[in-house]
Amino acid sequence: MDNPYLPYPVRIDKIVIETEDRNLKTFRFVFLNPEDEQKFAYTPGQFAELSIAGQGEIPIGIASSPTEKGFVAFTVNKAGKVTTHLHNMKEGDVMGIRGPLGNWYPWERMEGKNVVIVGAGFAFTTLRSSIVYMLEPENRPKFKDITVVYGSRNPGMLLYKDELVEWEKRDDMEMHITVDGTDDPDWKYNVGFVPAITEEKIKSADNAIAIVCGPPIVIRLTQPILLNLGFDPENIILSLENRMKCGIGMCGRCNIGEKFVCKDGPVFSLAQLQQMPQDY
Amino acid sequence: MIEYTEKIREIAKKLLEEGTVDVFIGYKKGSVPMMNEPVLISDPADVDKLHWDSNCGLNLCNYLTGRKDRIGILATGCNSRNIVTHVIENQIPRENLHIVGVPCTGVISHRAVKRAVKNREITEVVENPGGETFSVKGPGYEETFNKAEFLQLNCAVCTHRNPVEFDSIVAEKVPEQENVEAYKDVEKIESMPPGERQAFFRRTISNCIRCYACRNACPLCYCPTCFVDESKPQWVGKSIDPVDTMTFHFLRAYHCAGRCTDCGACERVCPVGIPVRQFTKKLNKDALELFEWEAGLDLEKRPPLDVYKVDDYNDFVK
Amino acid sequence: MSTKIFPKDKWVEVLEGLKDSYKVVVPVKEGDYFNFRPLENGTRPNFDFQNTRLSAKSAIYPQSERMFEYSLDSGDSDAFQMKEAEKDYSPQAIVGIRPCDAYAFQLVRRNFDNPDYQDPWWVKKFETTTFVGLGCNDPCATCFCSSAGCGPFDRKGLDVLLHDIGDAYVAKGLTEKGEEFLQKAGGKDAGKEDIKKAEALTRDVVKKMGPGISADKLKDKKATDLYEAPFWEEVAFACINCGTCTYLCPTCWCFDIQDEVQRLDQKGDRLRNWDSCMFPLFTLHASGHNPRSKKHERVRQRFMHKLKYYIDKYDQGIQCVGCGRCVQFCPVNIDIRQVAEKMNSYEG
Repeated sequence: MDNPYLPYPVRIDKIVIETEDRNLKTFRFVFLNPEDEQKFAYTPGQFAELSIAGQGEIPIGIASSPTEKGFVAFTVNKAGKVTTHLHNMKEGDVMGIRGPLGNWYPWERMEGKNVVIVGAGFAFTTLRSSIVYMLEPENRPKFKDITVVYGSRNPGMLLYKDELVEWEKRDDMEMHITVDGTDDPDWKYNVGFVPAITEEKIKSADNAIAIVCGPPIVIRLTQPILLNLGFDPENIILSLENRMKCGIGMCGRCNIGEKFVCKDGPVFSLAQLQQMPQDY
Repeated sequence: MIEYTEKIREIAKKLLEEGTVDVFIGYKKGSVPMMNEPVLISDPADVDKLHWDSNCGLNLCNYLTGRKDRIGILATGCNSRNIVTHVIENQIPRENLHIVGVPCTGVISHRAVKRAVKNREITEVVENPGGETFSVKGPGYEETFNKAEFLQLNCAVCTHRNPVEFDSIVAEKVPEQENVEAYKDVEKIESMPPGERQAFFRRTISNCIRCYACRNACPLCYCPTCFVDESKPQWVGKSIDPVDTMTFHFLRAYHCAGRCTDCGACERVCPVGIPVRQFTKKLNKDALELFEWEAGLDLEKRPPLDVYKVDDYNDFVK
Repeated sequence: MSTKIFPKDKWVEVLEGLKDSYKVVVPVKEGDYFNFRPLENGTRPNFDFQNTRLSAKSAIYPQSERMFEYSLDSGDSDAFQMKEAEKDYSPQAIVGIRPCDAYAFQLVRRNFDNPDYQDPWWVKKFETTTFVGLGCNDPCATCFCSSAGCGPFDRKGLDVLLHDIGDAYVAKGLTEKGEEFLQKAGGKDAGKEDIKKAEALTRDVVKKMGPGISADKLKDKKATDLYEAPFWEEVAFACINCGTCTYLCPTCWCFDIQDEVQRLDQKGDRLRNWDSCMFPLFTLHASGHNPRSKKHERVRQRFMHKLKYYIDKYDQGIQCVGCGRCVQFCPVNIDIRQVAEKMNSYEG
């Protein structure tokens, strides 16, 4: 019997400080046993449990795309006991990752459709995975127009800054970068809250599926905008969070109604959420 | 004490009808023998739910923490002392409370009763008029016992049966017990050599399942995050390791030092019958001997571990 | 399948003899109540009980269990990596388990053993355990097993069912594992008279069971309606959010994972401990957000999970076997039978 609690041993290959306040770092992991990379085959939208011996485990969305070979990357916010310990670790340190866990964005359903991505703050990680995945030459033709709105409080808090600049320049996608506010006179991009920029830039719900990831307030304010535009609740896709321990639907704590966020989610459509108790 | 029920209903009805209080906290009759369920009513029409008897052994003061409305609450001697402590510790403003004092003749120990009927099933326990005896019924038997012989251990040594702070009272005060030797059990443990004492404590907590019923039933334990739940740093492990379990029980007792009124709720609620008061009583004895202090008797006096006095006990400075 | 008879005056001998083939777990009197304990030298089995205080779930699923061990010494080649801890899966026999507690394992199994994931420790321990049940001659007034999917002589989840006919146990083999147990236990074939006594006993007790819990309409109610019902604050008022109901309950299984470290020895364990949805910490996010920060939200979760979500998920009835422990031992007398009645009769 495979032991679903046993992590794959990994080494920290690279650490990138993403934000100005140094609270968000991207960790690139390499598997100690090369065959584990095959076993860890994942799809954008999924998450993994990062396991640190002596500290605990944390459920983090996978930020790298399966099209990026040789490593798996996660962007982690320093919030509690385990994340603080992880932030103090160095390149070369050994730890574990368990996964891939959870379900993924509805890629099959999204083929042939326009894809709208709305992200805010550090919830953007699995959205990065999705964008890199779609932009891969063999995948790009499967999707029609790709429109992304991504914002954070200020320029220093944006993730993946270099990639955002590159995406903004591309002509096979529309990238709208925004910040809530800035005192940088050379800021070239939008200024405005993510829901407001969404309203401004997304013109139509025609043949489109929207993925929204962000803190509860952004999700709450963006939903009505998308619904007004004509998005069907089935075509608004959200990714939830919850306190998790096992990540495999056994310890019982992450349930919303009869669904486990770690196993039946974290990706749910708005239509599904409307049928579930508002226990989050 | 079952005869108090009518008077309690009368007082509660008046308080709610006249708008003196927004809610009234009392007990309603339990669905199993020797249990009553704490209840909150806000509609004067519901006062018939209220019930009182010698099985009202929880501490209703537990339900006051954090409330902002005006509350009518029943309080026996020990419970009223906990209310006083709550007021002193800024957990509830005195003016928000209308305390209905209950002169208490003691709560029946459900464990002692079960032992007395040799653990046969009990289907009904009825207090007989006059309150001195109660009848226990089960499949194929009925026995009558004297309440005085079946008091909860804390009630047996109680010297504060009458409420110390109240706005109305349901009956005449009852005579206090005298010549009570409250700390014989503590003295017995104190006289044990350290090795024997360790073994005794290990045995005592060996069945603990870390359910925290004792902590949660205690009105003194109102910390937003209990020390056992902290993770930065983690003070206590969460498994049933005996050392971690003893740490929990001892540290909790120390946090109650000088504040515990020996209401017995902790011991009453333990699902595995651990005599939790062995720990808190030791600290009550120390508070009494070292600081001449009993908790919750005076709204104006702060507990000894809260203030510094020049003539404080100093013998530990060698 | 065979039916054997074991006279009571030879029963302990039989159990002692079985120690060669199984780790035998029996009910033992400890102070005022009974618990299941391993049969060792000096253990005195005592079958004169209605039910044990704690359920038998810890025989398969201990309250604290080591999952992995690891070294924190960077000199070790496998430092910081999880290593499987040694476990004992030698055959085990739980003798004297009540049918409700045995059926409970069937309910819990759906969580730990499913097509997507199997919990290796729970499943292996369960598969190497033989359940020798003891039918209830004398159910408590608080028992409502018959309305919760099983009954005082129900056979689900059992390998052998013992009938106490006074001076002997009539033991009916129910599965291959049960037959193996009966072979190893020895014992004569039960005679026709004894079997008749056992059957009559079963019929009489089952007839006496009361109406129990009302849960028949729960399947057809909408979860969101029940979730938004107005009675939860009233139901939850008395609750002190301890773990008594969850820890005594044979069908509750939620757990926590904790890493513990012996800093001086530079090693540690990853442990799994029982956890309770009653505790505020259960759903606290690192951000500080807690979806169930209020007491009534946690109380609602417990009853919705047991009486509604489990039905929605598996369509096999409620997650409760009617053992009555929570009814008897809830420190504030919150009665699941009363809550189920409220839920069952609620019109949204």
